[in-house]
Amino acid sequence: MAARKPNEARIVITGIGLASPNGNNLTEFRKSLLAGKSGIQKFNVRYMGDVLAGICHFDPLKYQKKKELRRGTRAGSIAIYCAQEAIADTKLDLACLDKSRIGVYLGITEHGTVETENEIYEIKQFDYDVKYWSHHHNPRVVANNPAGEVTLNMGITGPHYTLGAACAGGNIGLTQGLQMLLLNEVDLALGGGVSESTGSFGIFAGFKSEGALASHPDPEKACRPFDKDRNGVVVSEGGCIFVLERLSDALKRGTKIYSEIVGYAINSDATDFIFPDKERQIQCIKLALNKAGISPEDIDIINTHGTGTTEGDPVECQAIRELFGEHPHAYINNTKSFIGHTMGAAGALELAGNLPSFEDYVVHPTINLAHLDPECPLNNLVINEPKKIDKVDYILNNSFGMLGINSVVIVKRFEE
Amino acid sequence: MTKEQIKDTILEIIAQIIPDEDLSNLKSDIPIREQVELDSMDFLDIIMELRKRYGIEVPEDDYMQLATLDSSAAYLEPRMREL
Repeated sequence: MAARKPNEARIVITGIGLASPNGNNLTEFRKSLLAGKSGIQKFNVRYMGDVLAGICHFDPLKYQKKKELRRGTRAGSIAIYCAQEAIADTKLDLACLDKSRIGVYLGITEHGTVETENEIYEIKQFDYDVKYWSHHHNPRVVANNPAGEVTLNMGITGPHYTLGAACAGGNIGLTQGLQMLLLNEVDLALGGGVSESTGSFGIFAGFKSEGALASHPDPEKACRPFDKDRNGVVVSEGGCIFVLERLSDALKRGTKIYSEIVGYAINSDATDFIFPDKERQIQCIKLALNKAGISPEDIDIINTHGTGTTEGDPVECQAIRELFGEHPHAYINNTKSFIGHTMGAAGALELAGNLPSFEDYVVHPTINLAHLDPECPLNNLVINEPKKIDKVDYILNNSFGMLGINSVVIVKRFEE
Repeated sequence: MTKEQIKDTILEIIAQIIPDEDLSNLKSDIPIREQVELDSMDFLDIIMELRKRYGIEVPEDDYMQLATLDSSAAYLEPRMREL
């Protein structure tokens, strides 16, 4: 075990705000995950027609004026909803806080794609005359937009930026928030990830051209990680933002503590633009375990990154098998099977979906698994039905992305 | 378009740009930006809408002409008369 850290050096999650295709808050999301309820639907995309996607159904006007909505981006809107919900969840009154000591750190897969496509579509109607290009374009597409919109909406004057980290973004936004608290740069961090990728035909078309866009006659069965008949990614939008604090501050105000973040790691494959690398995934998980001062057998739940692609899923399965053994102690699940790939939000959202396991001792399953692919043999994979288990002390969350970026976060049941 | 129709058009454009504002009591002879929250980016939206809908170019030097509904109607009437 690692030496006991002072409470000022222990970072805890004290609030959660989320927008998922199958829930607008943690209670709804968890209920859907335990009920096997998917959030995937048919969705019409410019130039492509009907595709399958995960769309969020929260009310953006809960926290934004109509003008803010018109001027801003969908990612900004999702981020504002999640950030406000997270602050409300932890029962903090923003008016009583030093807003210069709050930081906003959001992982994104990409940003600006949606807005650029929209503008090009608009000026096409004017024979590509650029005098019709919107003056709102630049503030919408700057990479810090989603985090910046949060600060504008909430009057936060501390640092804000996004972290471009492909589909590992959610874990990395969370990690950045933790690090800034440890560096004493801020006293409260809003860390997580967001995605508006469903607004971009290019994202769907790109996956289709790669032969990696999921299709199925029943939208809810389209995302099927580890299944022999999986055929690709379901693109989704979503967001999840955590309130992170030093344990000393959280204890002082006596707030609910969801869990402590004890391990985290980020590394790079340095091998390929798209295809993952087993060795670097193993290394990343090991780095996170080392940081937490624990061994593979201490982990009780593993949330897999598995996106449902032919190439990606087996690599992660091999990494887990090699590290956790043929008969691991940990139970393994997958959240994308319900909500699709929420891209920059995935790491954060999928972690959030698992946090209630510390209280209810139930592991949500991976759904849509009819025939386990022989290339993906995982013992202790929780298939199609939730599983009650005896011990949940540590949850490990994998989140990997293109260009070979890997991220792992380990959270621990909170104990003083 | 008559001057009254032009004013209605401008009002309709403004309603789209600042949908949270109540425009029912907007006085036509007082600068719009003194009566409702309409910032410079919103103002550029009005210019863009006139361009997109009617092909009307308002040079930057003439932006002041669009300060009130009355002055907007007077300035735009010669260009929108035939619409």
